[in-house]
Amino acid sequence: MDEIFGIPLPLLFGQLLLGLINGAFYAMLSLGLAVIFGLLNIVNMAHGAQFMMGAFAAWMLLAWFGIGYWWALIIAPIIVAITGIILEKLFISRLYKLDHLYGLLLTFGLALIIEGIFRNEFGSSGLPYRIPPELSGAWDLGFMFMPVYRGWVVVAALVLCLATWLLIEKTRLGAYLRAATERAELVQAFGVNVPRMITLTYGFGVGLAAIGGVLAAPIYSVNPQMGSNLIIVVFAVVVIGGMGSIMGAIVTGFALGIVEGLTKVFWPEASATVIFVIMAIVLLARPAGLFGRA
Amino acid sequence: MRLNRRSLLAAGAATGAFAGHRRSARAQAANTIRLGVLSDMSGPYRDTTGPGSVVLTRQAVQDFGSRGFEVEVLQADHQNKPDVGANIARQWFDQGVDVVIDLPTSSVALAVNNVAREKNKVHLNSGAASSDLTGAQCSPNTVHWTYDTYMLAKSTGAAIVKQGGDSWYFITADYAFGHALERDTANFVRGAGGKVLGAARYPFPATTDFSAFIVQAQASRAKVLGLANASTDTVNAIKAAREFGLQRNMKFAALLMGVVDIKSLGLESAQGLLLTEAFYWDLNDRTRALTERVRAKNEGRPPAMVPAGCYGATLHYLKAVANLGVAQAKASGIEAVNRMKAMPADDDAFGASTIRVDGRCLHPGYLFEVKSPGESRNPWDLYKLVATTPGEEAFRPLAEGGCSLVKT
Repeated sequence: MDEIFGIPLPLLFGQLLLGLINGAFYAMLSLGLAVIFGLLNIVNMAHGAQFMMGAFAAWMLLAWFGIGYWWALIIAPIIVAITGIILEKLFISRLYKLDHLYGLLLTFGLALIIEGIFRNEFGSSGLPYRIPPELSGAWDLGFMFMPVYRGWVVVAALVLCLATWLLIEKTRLGAYLRAATERAELVQAFGVNVPRMITLTYGFGVGLAAIGGVLAAPIYSVNPQMGSNLIIVVFAVVVIGGMGSIMGAIVTGFALGIVEGLTKVFWPEASATVIFVIMAIVLLARPAGLFGRA
Repeated sequence: MRLNRRSLLAAGAATGAFAGHRRSARAQAANTIRLGVLSDMSGPYRDTTGPGSVVLTRQAVQDFGSRGFEVEVLQADHQNKPDVGANIARQWFDQGVDVVIDLPTSSVALAVNNVAREKNKVHLNSGAASSDLTGAQCSPNTVHWTYDTYMLAKSTGAAIVKQGGDSWYFITADYAFGHALERDTANFVRGAGGKVLGAARYPFPATTDFSAFIVQAQASRAKVLGLANASTDTVNAIKAAREFGLQRNMKFAALLMGVVDIKSLGLESAQGLLLTEAFYWDLNDRTRALTERVRAKNEGRPPAMVPAGCYGATLHYLKAVANLGVAQAKASGIEAVNRMKAMPADDDAFGASTIRVDGRCLHPGYLFEVKSPGESRNPWDLYKLVATTPGEEAFRPLAEGGCSLVKT
C-alpha cells in the first residue's frame, strides 16, 4: 500500500518530519513560557516579543558589527535576557503577590510597546538574514529533500529542552528554585537569595525565547510581527501540556507540531485551528493539562 | 492692565484682526482643496503604502504648483479595518475633505468606496488589489490607479506560460484576496494553454511556516510555483522554497510583490523571481527624475508602486480641478471624476495614461525579473525588465467587468 487516504507514503513521511521540526520550535518556546509560569506564576505575554527581539538582535549583530550566526546564538540571548531582567526588576516583580491577570496585562502591554518600537525603527516588512553557509544545502532522503538547517534546529531544540529539564528537575539549583516557588519565605530563611533567583529565572526564560528567535531568523522573515503570530499557538501548547509542567511543554510541543503537520497534508485550511480544537478538548477532559498538576 | 484708551484701542484692533482673520479663513476654505491620505500607517502594509503614499501625494501637490487655489494634505491610519476606515472617511468628508487617496487593503477600500459615493466626494485608490472596484462595485466617484488582481494575473501568468512554464502549483492565502489572485491567474494560465496541477490554501494571517506546502508543491512536479499572497507571507514562502531547493526545478511567480519586499527578502534569495509592477524607479528618465526629487523625503528610498500611484492620481485630480474650477470640483465628486476621465493623464511616474468610464486608469504592466546580487550595481538596483503589456491590454476589458457605468 503506498498511499494513505490518497496521500502517497513518501509525502506523508516528509510532512511528519516537517511537523517534527515545527514541533521543535513550539517545544522550545513553550518551554520558556512554562519555566516562567511554572516557577514564577507570571503569564509572560511578552514572550513572542522577546522571541522577535532575539531574531532582531541576531540581525543587528550581523548588520552592525559583522558578528555571525554562531556567536549570535550565545550573545543575542544574553542581550535579550538582560533587557528581560531590567523589565522584571522595574515592573514585573511588583506583581508577584497579585492575581495572574495583572501579570498578563502588564506583559501584554509591554509586548505591544516593544513591537511598536521595533516597527517604528525598522518598518513592518522584515529584514534579510541568511542561513549560515555551514548549514546550507539539503540532504536527499529519497522521499524528500531535508534542508540541513532544519535538521540543526531539531537537534539544537532537543539539546536545549533536555538541558533545561535536567537543570530544573535534577540539579540542586533547580531544587532551590522549585522550593522557592512553593515556600519562598522558608527558602529565604535558609539563606538563599530568592528575589535574585527569581530575576535570573525570568532572564533564563526570556533567553530561551530569544535563542528561539536566533534559530528562526534564517528561515522566517525577521519582522516585528513575527512573535505575535507564534505566541498564540505557543500558549495553546503550554495550556495543553499543563501550565506548570516542563516535560509537558516539551512533549506537547513536539506532538502538536506533528499533528499540525498532518493537518497541513489532509486539510490545509484547518492547520491553524486544529491546535485550538485540541486545546478545547483537553481542557474539557483534563483541565490541568495532559501533564499538569492541578 | 489698566483700562485706558490705549488698551481699549489695542483690544479693539485685536478683535478686528481676529474677526477679519476668521472671515478670510472661511473664504480661504472655499478656495482650498483638501486631500486625505488614508492608508496603513502602522501595520503590515506600512512599508509598501503608508508614509510613502503621504510623501508622494505632497510631492504631487508641489509639482502641481500654484494655480489659484490652496491644497492641503491630511493623513490617517485605517489600521486595515473597514469600520475604522469608513469612520475616518465619513468624518473627513463632513469636515470638508474633498478626496480620499490610497486605501490599501481591499476590504477597507470597498467600504470607503460606498462612503465616497454617498457623500459625492472623490475616491482615488492606489493601494487596493480588488478588481471589483471597477467591476461589480464600480462607482462614478472612484478612480482606480496603479494595479489590480486582473492586471497582475495577466501580466505574470500569461507571460510565464509563454516562457514555457505551463504547469502551475499555487500556494494561496485563504481569504478573498488570495482566492481572487489564484482564480484570475489560473484563468490566464489555462487560457494560454497551461495546466493548474493543484493548490494549497493556508490560513491567513496565522501561517509563518510554509515548509509543508512547499513539499506538496515539490511533489506535484509543476514547473511553476504560483504565490497567491503578499508581503510577509510571500517572503516566508520564498525563503522556505529556497531552503528546500525548489528553485532547481521550478520557477517562482510572486503574484504580488514589490521592491520593498525584495529588499526584505534579500537579492540572494529573491534572484530570478518574476513579478509584475506598474512602476519602477529606474524604468526611464522621468521615473528617475521623480525619484531624485522625492528620495530625501522618503527615508532615502525610491518610491514604491502604490505611492507612485498616489502621485499620479493626485496630480491628475489637481489638473482636473484647475480645469473645472474649484467651486464645482468641491461641490461634486462625480463632476471632478468625469473631468479626470475626459482629460488624458500624463505624469513622471506613469507617463501617458487614460481613465476609462468604469474608473479604471490604464497604464502599462511591466514584468520584471529580480537581478542576482552580482548584477545589481546599487542597493536599489533590483529589477530587469522582461516584458511590457500596453495599458489597453493590461486590464480587464470593459465588457467583462459587470460595471453599471458601462453602457453596452
